[in-house]
Amino acid sequence: MADVISLDHIDVTFPQKKGDPVRAVSDVNLHVEKGDIYGVVGYSGAGKSTLVRTINLLQKPSEGTVTVSGTVLFKDHTQQVSNAELQEKRRNIGMIFQHFNLLNETTVVDNVLFALKHAKLKDKEAQEKAMNLLELVGLKDKAQAFPVQLSGGEQQRVAIARALANDPEILISDEATSALDPRTTNQILDLLRDLNKKLGLTIVLITHEMDAVKRVANKIAVMQHGVIIEQGSLRDIYLRPKQELTRQFVGGSLAAIETLRAFNLGTLDENERLYQLVFSAKTVTKSIILELYRQSGVDVSMLYGNIEVLGDEPVGTLFVIVTGDHQQQDSALQFLKDSQVEVTQINDRGIWND
Amino acid sequence: MTSFLTQYMPNVVQLGWTGDTGWGTSIVQTLYMTFWPAIFGGILGLIFGVILVITKPGGILANGFWFGLCDKVVSVFRAIPFIILLAFIAPFTQLLVGTQIGMTAALVPLSLGVFPFFARQVQVALESVDSGKVEAAQALGATNTDIIFDVYLREARSELVRVSTVTLISLIGLTAMAGAIGAGGLGNTAISYGYNRFNNDVTLVATILVLLLVLIVQLVGDWLAKRLNHQAR
Repeated sequence: MADVISLDHIDVTFPQKKGDPVRAVSDVNLHVEKGDIYGVVGYSGAGKSTLVRTINLLQKPSEGTVTVSGTVLFKDHTQQVSNAELQEKRRNIGMIFQHFNLLNETTVVDNVLFALKHAKLKDKEAQEKAMNLLELVGLKDKAQAFPVQLSGGEQQRVAIARALANDPEILISDEATSALDPRTTNQILDLLRDLNKKLGLTIVLITHEMDAVKRVANKIAVMQHGVIIEQGSLRDIYLRPKQELTRQFVGGSLAAIETLRAFNLGTLDENERLYQLVFSAKTVTKSIILELYRQSGVDVSMLYGNIEVLGDEPVGTLFVIVTGDHQQQDSALQFLKDSQVEVTQINDRGIWND
Repeated sequence: MTSFLTQYMPNVVQLGWTGDTGWGTSIVQTLYMTFWPAIFGGILGLIFGVILVITKPGGILANGFWFGLCDKVVSVFRAIPFIILLAFIAPFTQLLVGTQIGMTAALVPLSLGVFPFFARQVQVALESVDSGKVEAAQALGATNTDIIFDVYLREARSELVRVSTVTLISLIGLTAMAGAIGAGGLGNTAISYGYNRFNNDVTLVATILVLLLVLIVQLVGDWLAKRLNHQAR
């Protein structure tokens, strides 16, 4: 499928008054397809915010090419469209922020109408559209309130309604849930997921909270020091993180590592094998461990188990030591593969070294 | 009341209400010299304030030349003491309004005297608008005109009213000096008919009237600023 957003070889460098320039983003490639909810995670200062702000050119890159919905916006150090065209294009890219950034001196509905100022609608149509958007985010009854009278979650909903006013194809969320409490965070994330499904909205979600990404994203990129160190489908990255930082972010796996280290993996016997088993709790309904014993006659001891919800899918992770002779081991492995379980053998030198 | 005034403040009564030296006349003169410079200086100050904010480095229309120019004009005019400015721009005043003396002539230096002060105040008020709001507006595809009017001026309106109050009060102060070029007003009454003639009662009443004027401006300004404010504070 065609990319809705292509960032190619993006560099963002900030010159400093004293000393060397700061390279906030170095040679990053990011491709977002239509309908994706792409999570960009990393600690603060990793450059994720700077990176996504190049999408609508709030930040002009020092190097690289920015293409949005087939239009090249920035290439060879220059903006490729006129300012008026850029403004037009930006209306196709909604954006929400950590601190909401609503206009406090106007009512909720006027905040949405502000975004519709150039929509070429009659006053009445614009009013109607604004009310529909507020209904979409569940705030129709607060239309005449001022932002300061609303809770944080409500303000972010207004910001979402405002960002969606011009029917954008893309929504960029810059730490939009970071100032909210966990329950409100989940409500906002669920709203974003609904919008993604209902409107086919492509979402780029920047956050330092892995839980947010785990809840809604289908793909993720992990950033550190201005570089994307790992990217791919949420499931792959989450279940088999390759980089140390990624492991820190995906809390479940970190817990697994800590637990397993306590077992001193250096002393696996000749007839023992350590596996990470990953399976969808939807498709795998049988008791794997019991079946494994029945089918292959191996001993199975569980070291660590966990169930995570990734997107909509509950995913189970088990770390097990399987004990048995060569033939039993092979049959066990075959059984696991036949049962749609993803198996990763882990040797004694490290936990992930595939 | 009248007998009290005749007994304790004979000079105050003697000046009368109307006529060249009358209290009514000087009050109207002070109001006139406050009102028009407030309009002219206010508009000029607002324009300069807006230009300073949008052309500053990192502003929505960052432009070193215009920023530098406006910044220097404002700084230079602010540095000239008002009483000297009165004299200094007299030829310009002559050119503009056809006379160097009187109330109308005073409007020119008063406007020029108050605008740099107001421009700085406007600049500070507009800079108090969170840059995130400006950025959000840009992300929504707002034009620069939208950002100036709907974001900067609108979001800072309560703060703008507050700094206008401060400016208006300082302008009332400046009108007192306009007496030096024969513009009249309460300040002139206090100096010419009060202080210079050793009529302390006149000075006292003139002072009280100026204070009342300042108080009214302050109260109305505070009320309006509060009414217009919907920010979380």
